[in-house]
Amino acid sequence: MKIILVGHGMVGHKFLEELQQHQIPGAEVTVLCEEARTAYDRVHLSEFFSGKTADDLSLVAPGFFAESGFKLRIRSRAAAIDRRARTVTTQDGETLHYDKLVLATGSYPFVPPVKGHDRDQCFVYRTIEDLEAMKAAGAISRKGVVVGGGLLGLECAKALRDLGLETHVVEFAPRLMAVQVDDDGGRILREKIEALGVHVHTSRNTTEITDGMTARHRMVFADGSHLETDMIVFSAGIRPRDELARQNALAVGARGGIAIDDHCRTSDHDIYAIGECAAWRDQTFGLVAPGYDMARITARHLAGQTDAVFSGADMSTKLKLMGVDVASIGDAHGKTTGSRSFRYVDECKQIYKKIVVSADSKRLIGAVLVGNADEYGTLLQLALNGIALPTEPEFLILPASDGKAKPGLGPDALPDSAQICSCNNVSKGQICTAVGDGATTIGELKACTKAGATCGGCVPLVTQIMKAEMVKRGMAVNNHLCEHFPYSRQELYHLIRVGGIKSFEDLLARHGSGLGCDICKPTAASIFASCWNDFVLQGELASLQDSNDYFLGNIQKDGTYSVVPRMPGGEVTPEGLIAVGQVAKTYGLYTKITGGQRVDLFGARVEQLPAIWEELIAAGFESGHAYGKSLRTVKSCVGSTWCRYGVDDSVGLAVELENRYKGLRAPHKIKFGVSGCTRECAEAQGKDVGIIATERGWNLYVCGNGGMKPRHAELIASDLDKAALIRLIDRFLMFYVRTADRLQRTSTWRDNLEGGLDYLKAVLIDDSLALGAELEAQMQHVVDTYQCEWKTAVSTPEVRQRFRTFVNDPQPDARIVFVKERGQIRPARAEERDHATADSMTV
Amino acid sequence: MSNETLNWTAVCKVGDILPGTGVCALIDDHHVAIFRLGTDTFYAIDNIDPRTGVSVLSRGLIGNLGEHLVVASPIYKNHFDLRTGACLEAPEHSVRTHRVQVEGDEVLVALS
Ligand code: SRM
Ligand SMILES: Cc1cc2nc3c(=O)[nH]c(=O)nc-3n(C[C@H](O)[C@H](O)[C@H](O)COP(=O)(O)OP(=O)(O)OC[C@H]3O[C@@H](n4cnc5c(N)ncnc54)[C@H](O)[C@@H]3O)c2cc1C
Ligand code: SF4
Ligand code: FES
Repeated sequence: MKIILVGHGMVGHKFLEELQQHQIPGAEVTVLCEEARTAYDRVHLSEFFSGKTADDLSLVAPGFFAESGFKLRIRSRAAAIDRRARTVTTQDGETLHYDKLVLATGSYPFVPPVKGHDRDQCFVYRTIEDLEAMKAAGAISRKGVVVGGGLLGLECAKALRDLGLETHVVEFAPRLMAVQVDDDGGRILREKIEALGVHVHTSRNTTEITDGMTARHRMVFADGSHLETDMIVFSAGIRPRDELARQNALAVGARGGIAIDDHCRTSDHDIYAIGECAAWRDQTFGLVAPGYDMARITARHLAGQTDAVFSGADMSTKLKLMGVDVASIGDAHGKTTGSRSFRYVDECKQIYKKIVVSADSKRLIGAVLVGNADEYGTLLQLALNGIALPTEPEFLILPASDGKAKPGLGPDALPDSAQICSCNNVSKGQICTAVGDGATTIGELKACTKAGATCGGCVPLVTQIMKAEMVKRGMAVNNHLCEHFPYSRQELYHLIRVGGIKSFEDLLARHGSGLGCDICKPTAASIFASCWNDFVLQGELASLQDSNDYFLGNIQKDGTYSVVPRMPGGEVTPEGLIAVGQVAKTYGLYTKITGGQRVDLFGARVEQLPAIWEELIAAGFESGHAYGKSLRTVKSCVGSTWCRYGVDDSVGLAVELENRYKGLRAPHKIKFGVSGCTRECAEAQGKDVGIIATERGWNLYVCGNGGMKPRHAELIASDLDKAALIRLIDRFLMFYVRTADRLQRTSTWRDNLEGGLDYLKAVLIDDSLALGAELEAQMQHVVDTYQCEWKTAVSTPEVRQRFRTFVNDPQPDARIVFVKERGQIRPARAEERDHATADSMTV
Repeated sequence: MSNETLNWTAVCKVGDILPGTGVCALIDDHHVAIFRLGTDTFYAIDNIDPRTGVSVLSRGLIGNLGEHLVVASPIYKNHFDLRTGACLEAPEHSVRTHRVQVEGDEVLVALS
């Protein structure tokens, strides 16, 4: 069976993924993709402006086409269909035969046909190319206008504002988001948006665009007023791309769109239509979830499963527009006969909430939330599942006052079939099953069910269900550190800091039991170091250190250690290099440049370490903490000092940052990168903390890493001056140190933070927890109390004498044997060691 | 076996072992790990980690897992019972235990 898919957008690709699962025998699939690239995440398109690249947004897993065997044609538009011959002709004139044809052509942005709409610097907001063009225009513009105050228009306004433009929104209707929000909600929304510096003009009908006096364009409105601007983005709604249907006499919906039945078939049963181009019962759907549903149903239908039917979609939405929560559920305008509503307005905090209930007040049929949408998950489930309302439904939206707890909706009240994640059609039952299969963090659930992986709106509810299910299965929801402490690392941190606890003995006596173990001891040692920053090998603290920290070196497979002197920013003088080389030569160490821009010396025996370090310290080096869960390296590129493209001194900043944060103990290792321009030679976006110079300052990215699961860092602030940058990094690191789990790198930590990046931004930038000053002060303490651990160790006799192989004999460990390879030593393999004599040892 | 028939070797002073840590002693070519729990309890086991053949057990962290007093090998964190030498993760990798006693401030070890 030859299947042709026309359109490789979000829904088209979902269809391919589903089709692959079914493995239909003999299916030959060809994909016609009009765009210059394969499917990408349009829902998160705006993140292109905050640093995401086309690759980040791609929806296509590496190797997808090779594995599936599906044939892909990029930049290939279907120009015509011949239904009788069952062929598709591309715009290049190639004709392809099909047995089944699937149309997933999406929509195009509607541009009002006003005179001058096609002038230069007028855009739409739909593809990556559109955004690239907008970005270029933004760089040479001062003022920007968005035509259309709907969902997309406001998202677009945020993008313009982030590009640094004076931003205006022009809306034809008397309020913003007219479809989802009522008059009162619209008013609050408008005030909030205006408070953010965006100018809003409602009830404005543009009649003409001409040359401006003070800017490139002048928009003339029907009421005679006008507005001048350098660039315009039209976001006045979308229209289904149904032209192929119209040319071929396929039925279309009353308001456009390719008409489909419950199996997503068009009036020609060999042709299906899915996604935004399709009209089901005269209705089109401008959201991705219903399209994904259609994709699943069509794939199943092609596989011979005819039981799956499309039955409409819930168009409820929740989003954050420029930091303002807006949500709309079901019959938001109360159009259902007999329906009644409850409203709550707080003009001080600018919050508006409304619920619409059925005539008998038993069911929730709609809601509008502006300014705070905490109840969205609960209200949506009440509406979708027809769950009986409490007798006083108003308490669902009133702020909790003492005595009267908010009627929440326990996960238990939901049926297994309740759809929790609408983007990915994941039910409560599926989440529970995944928990049973071992997914016990939100990150794992996202990976295996996709719940929460698209818009993120369902994450709080998914988390609740996960936890409830874990309790039900008798799984330890507790994230207790180990058998000795019934606390999470975060709780233990708090107990230690607030209680001023400085010794493990005291900690165990007050909050734990037993003797401790190789989990809790290093954790406690790390927290003590983050809080008090005493010398790690001092007294009892020494006995808590993991063995790498105990010997201030990484143990190797043969029991020797590595020696990594710090080279801040990867910068090293010739004298320094010579000194390192000299030490390596004296002690016969294997020398290698690490992946972290410094030199590692391998093969040092325990008893050699103090003497080696003494020499390195004399040459001006310090511990590189390669052994610690602490700051490792700040990778730099050469930057503006030498590089012809550099816009700022990345090496200087890297050195300063490495010196500031060196020695900071954390839940896991921390790596930084600083690049001097967007070419990003320091790979800063692959680090826990990444900094990239811009013309106007520094952009800060956080929570990336390489390693087992590479992950790009995300932009949290732009164009910072150095003081603001350092303040933000102080807060970020300390907040991580305070709240992360043991051995959790920043990316996993961020994935498990409820509220994700927005929450992190609120805490770090808006100081929503009023923690900022405290975090900064705690970091300053660590900075002020820094000492080079190796320097203290070699100069403290009782510590220094612990570096010995045998307590009762000065001879080295004869079991350590090296052989030569490429001019340097390496540990002997077992068979080589058996033959070797003690003489062949390198001393 | 009575104390008289055992061959005791003085290996170090009590103060040479930091409470809560271990040291390695060389006794007749044999690598022995000696641990000090609290101030006055000592245990001795082989120092060589059978899984890797590397002489490092004295450098592991000590503590308890349930009933077992254990040391975790610094290489792959497999646990050894200090009282029996049993490797909790893989019994075939168990080690021998040895006798330790303190006389005055001398730590004495007798190989088993
Ligand atoms: C020496 C070095 C390899 C080299 O020869 O280049 C190295 C060596 C080790 N790495 Fe690494 N990593 C080294 C750069 C890296 C890099 C590259 C980088 O930093 O740019 C990465 C990926 C980037 C990242 O971390 O995001 C890297 C990702 C890892 C991981 C995986 C971490 C993860 O989150 O997935 C581990 C395992 C772990 O930490 O749990 C690891 C663990 C290790 C350990 C500590 C494994 C162990 O326990 O023995 C190795 C011993 C280090 C030693 O003996 O000194 N190493 N390791 C590099 C030392 C850099 C330095 O100057 O400090
Ligand atoms: C900025 C933005 C934000 C959004 N935010 C959200 C959100 O928060 N939540 C939500 O649910 N939805 C959101 N959407 C809508 C969502 O992106 C769409 O619902 C979804 O992309 C629809 O998928 P589709 O495959 O039907 O169409 P598309 O993704 O548009 O894909 C259609 C593809 O078909 C191609 N094509 C068309 N005609 C042909 C032809 N003749 N031959 C070959 N190829 C052809 C097009 O070039 C296109 O690549 C947003 C959209 C935008 C633009
Ligand atoms: S990649 Fe693996 S083998 Fe190589 S240094 Fe890192 S941890 Fe060791
Ligand atoms: S509802 Fe969008 S990710 Fe779950």
